[in-house]
Amino acid sequence: MSDESDKGQPSSARPSLFLERQSYRRRRLTDAARLLPFLGALLFALPLLWPDRSSGDAAVPLSSAIFYIFVCWGALILISVIFGFAARRMRTPEDPETGAD
Amino acid sequence: MSRKVLLIEDEPNIAEAIRFLLSREGWQVEIHGDGSDALEVIQGAQPDLVILDVMLPGKNGMDILRDLREMEELASLPVLMLTARGQSRDREMAENAGVSRFMTKPFSNAEVLTAVRDLHAQATQM
Amino acid sequence: MTTVNVLILVCLGYVVFLFAVAFAADRMAAAGRGKWLRSPLIYTLSLSIYCTAWTFYGAVGNAARSGLEFVTIYLGPTLVMVSWWWGLRKLVRVGRSQRVTSIADLLSSRYGKSNTLAVCVTILAVLGGTPYIALQLQSITLSFSIFAEADPSGLYREGSSVFWVAAGLAVFAILFGTRNLDVNERHHGVVTAIAVEAIVKLFALIAVGVFVVWGIAGGIGPMMERIDASEIGQWHVDAGRWTTFIFLSAAAFICLPRMFQVMVVENDDESHLRTAAWAFPLYLLLMSLFVVPIAVVGLDLLPEGANPDLFVLTVPLSQGNDWLAMLSFIGGFSSATSMVIVTAMALSTMVSNHVVMPIWLNTQEGTGSVSGDVRNIVLMARRVSIAVVMALGFFYYRLSGGGAALASIGLIAFAGISQILPALVGGLFWRGATRTGALVGLTVGFVLWIYTLLLPGMSGASMPESVLQNGLFGISWLRPQALFGIEGIDPMVHSVMWSLLLNTIAFCVASLLSFPSPLERLQGAQFVNVFDHSVAPRGWSGSVAQSEDLMIMTQRILGTGPAQEFFQAEAEKQGGRSHLPEPTPAFLGRLERELSGSVGTATAHAMIGQIVGGSSVSVEDLLAVADESAQLLEYSSQLEVKSSELSRTARQLREANAKLTQVSAQKDNFLSQVSHELRTPMTSIRAFSEIMRDTEGLSRDEQTRYATIIHDEALRLTRLLDDLLDLSVLENGQVNLNLGDDSLRSVLDRAVSSALAGAGRKISVRRARAAERIVLHTDLDRLGQVFINLISNAQKYCDADEPVLTISAYDVGGRVIIDFIDNGSGIPPGARSMVFEKFARVGGDKAGGAGLGLAICREIMQRLGGEISYLPGQGGAAFRVSLPLAHRQAAQ
Repeated sequence: MSDESDKGQPSSARPSLFLERQSYRRRRLTDAARLLPFLGALLFALPLLWPDRSSGDAAVPLSSAIFYIFVCWGALILISVIFGFAARRMRTPEDPETGAD
Repeated sequence: MSRKVLLIEDEPNIAEAIRFLLSREGWQVEIHGDGSDALEVIQGAQPDLVILDVMLPGKNGMDILRDLREMEELASLPVLMLTARGQSRDREMAENAGVSRFMTKPFSNAEVLTAVRDLHAQATQM
Repeated sequence: MTTVNVLILVCLGYVVFLFAVAFAADRMAAAGRGKWLRSPLIYTLSLSIYCTAWTFYGAVGNAARSGLEFVTIYLGPTLVMVSWWWGLRKLVRVGRSQRVTSIADLLSSRYGKSNTLAVCVTILAVLGGTPYIALQLQSITLSFSIFAEADPSGLYREGSSVFWVAAGLAVFAILFGTRNLDVNERHHGVVTAIAVEAIVKLFALIAVGVFVVWGIAGGIGPMMERIDASEIGQWHVDAGRWTTFIFLSAAAFICLPRMFQVMVVENDDESHLRTAAWAFPLYLLLMSLFVVPIAVVGLDLLPEGANPDLFVLTVPLSQGNDWLAMLSFIGGFSSATSMVIVTAMALSTMVSNHVVMPIWLNTQEGTGSVSGDVRNIVLMARRVSIAVVMALGFFYYRLSGGGAALASIGLIAFAGISQILPALVGGLFWRGATRTGALVGLTVGFVLWIYTLLLPGMSGASMPESVLQNGLFGISWLRPQALFGIEGIDPMVHSVMWSLLLNTIAFCVASLLSFPSPLERLQGAQFVNVFDHSVAPRGWSGSVAQSEDLMIMTQRILGTGPAQEFFQAEAEKQGGRSHLPEPTPAFLGRLERELSGSVGTATAHAMIGQIVGGSSVSVEDLLAVADESAQLLEYSSQLEVKSSELSRTARQLREANAKLTQVSAQKDNFLSQVSHELRTPMTSIRAFSEIMRDTEGLSRDEQTRYATIIHDEALRLTRLLDDLLDLSVLENGQVNLNLGDDSLRSVLDRAVSSALAGAGRKISVRRARAAERIVLHTDLDRLGQVFINLISNAQKYCDADEPVLTISAYDVGGRVIIDFIDNGSGIPPGARSMVFEKFARVGGDKAGGAGLGLAICREIMQRLGGEISYLPGQGGAAFRVSLPLAHRQAAQ
């Protein structure tokens, strides 16, 4: 009886906690990709700290603002591209996390 | 004094036997063989005593008795009831209906004569 | 100078080109070729319908008014795309596995297939989409008018051009959007055309940008200096608007019906998201790269008061660069057409599926509609819906006069459609979200959006000035642009904040307070755990939450008591760590067996598979959903059958009991009657024998007479006893039949002579002897007994002056029928059913019979395989005897 119930434990049904190096790398890359939107939100929220009309401080030159926004934007896209291709290259058939394809 | 008995009985042989017995005792015996008009016949004949069979064509003897007891002038008329079915249930029903004496066929002639004499004696004493 | 005529020709040519592209793509897809049609690139480009004419023209206008703020509209979708792993992946998976056709369908499906919810979302989408479509028509018209101003011929008339534009777009959407019934079959033609348009508009905008930066400003460096020097060169961030717009555009990107159409419904392959995650932000970046330069140069070059929304057109025109202006015009035209076509398709699907079809099906109820019919009706409904949506946009444009700035209309529409977001996100991530919650939240958000944004935004009669200033009913904290007395916020920010905040709160609270239907719970599990369901099996990824679902399902099938008992026992077997067992394979197997007892194996398997996962469950889900009610119905009908069986048994028992009681009463009655029949002759015998014994001097005559009476009564007794014995033998089936052959005529001859022998009263018997030449194979003596009984009955009871008995015989279809009809008054109707009963005597019969004769006759005829019955309506008493010609029944 206990034998049966042990089989049903989620932990024991999953792969071992220690993965091969490649799988480990891939996992961390996935983590990074998942954190990307938070990085993006942070970067795009930064202009909130710039002086606004009420503060009376000198305004930000529009060219600098454009430069900042588009560089951040481009960086975000670049990381996404890297992740996309890296994940595709490293995908292993037995890995369930990418089973979506 | 003429004593009159009305015998309501559909079996002709039984009726004839009772007539024979009672007429020798000095009774004037009238016989009627149908239940449906029995009440009217009783009213018309004004007998001193009625001998009533239960299983009658037209109207059951029990029903005749019950109706008869409802009628004021006949309520105290002595009624001797005869039945061939002879179940205890019938005796109860007859007593509830107000029978004076209840007898089961076949009867002995002496029984019938005694019953008739008793009933008549009771009736005349009152 | 480009004339309007040339422009119209170019437009028509462009549309024909799009037709050709769409048509070719459809043909290729149908032929199974064109793998590139399903490439991530096409998918990414199709997402570009997010960039409508509003962004094409309006972004520059927006930049000219408030600097970098325009970019928020692109940053929101960028964040959504980058975070695809968290959100869009799930949305697409759910959409595909549930085969949803629209955002309304998705919400309806999630919340227990509620059509009310679908109708609400549809209304919201149409209300939000109509101004948006009007906006596209307006942008096309405006761009036309730019060229018309410069056109000396003056042929251009605004009103009619809008009409033709709207009509043309409707035709295009109908032609390519409603060719297939199943919305899940991808519209390759339309999607490809949209991809082409995406390239065209991007190319146009970049071309104008390159021209502005390198052609006019003279490079990047000078351009930057020029930007800083311009009137928008010093940028002050409006924090509220910045965050709100990023959030709003992100929300709208997910909720817009047209985005849902291309992103989820038209999605061929989930992995395309992986590419689109970076490619679409890149597209947006390129679209917005030159917006500020164009705006700055436009502000520099063009006279004061020029409409900044049209700088993309007017800047090249002012430089005399007609071909670039034309390209720019085509770009704007592309943006407008692609958006309008997809929106019309998406909205028409919603309108026809959730509004038209339910109504139509309702009216068709009971007529037994044919499925082929429905196909055509659906397609027709979609086509009409497209036309209606386009017409709505057209009329909105005509009524509003096309005055407001492009950007504000777009943002209002965004805010409206974003009210779906709480219900959508809640439905995807929170199992506890309920239909009631979604409905309440949507309603709250929708009403607040109308009250705080839509009505105040539509200038003029839509909202009285007093309400705007003093609040509804003069209550100051109900002021549409300063709810709860909080003033000084930008109206847009104010509306989005309050409507979405209260929407979310209402959604959560109502969800917590309401209880979902089982279907909702089932669907909720499907949506929230979509990856557990559709990912390749990983063993049972058991959780107590799943056990809870199983428990709920089991309760609905087995009933609460047995289900709880079963789960309790299983939990104890597993060691009793909790009140719910872990969903181990063994447990699931037992549960499945338990359930299949009630609902059948296949269904039980499907239902468990649905909750525990292991396969893509769309089909099973549909089955289960369809079956769930059916199963419950079946189960309850089984119960009904059982209970009706019980009541039938009970009724049979009652009947049997009544029969026994009746038989017992009959037996009592029979005994009582036997007693009476025996006692009556005995009474006479006893009375007369006593008379003869006790009476002296009886005459000789009297003696003879009384002795005769005794003798007769003794005979009567004997007869009675004979009859009783006979009847008893017949009834117990112990009779031996002496089968023999003889003609009916001789049997009747013997019966008549025997019956009439020595009878006091004569009856004349009439017979048709010729018809009696029928040979019988039966017990002749018993049959004769029946005949004798019937003849002597007629003789005894016929009350005619000259009694006549007519005996007639027929041979009908292998049966002999013999009728005995006398000319008396017959048997009264009330007594007819009784004549064959024992001791039944009609009238005052003292003629010797005990009333058993006909009962015996009936028994005999049954033994002989025939029957005897009373024939009503023959004048006198009439009896019919019938028996089979060749009697084969073996004697017992």
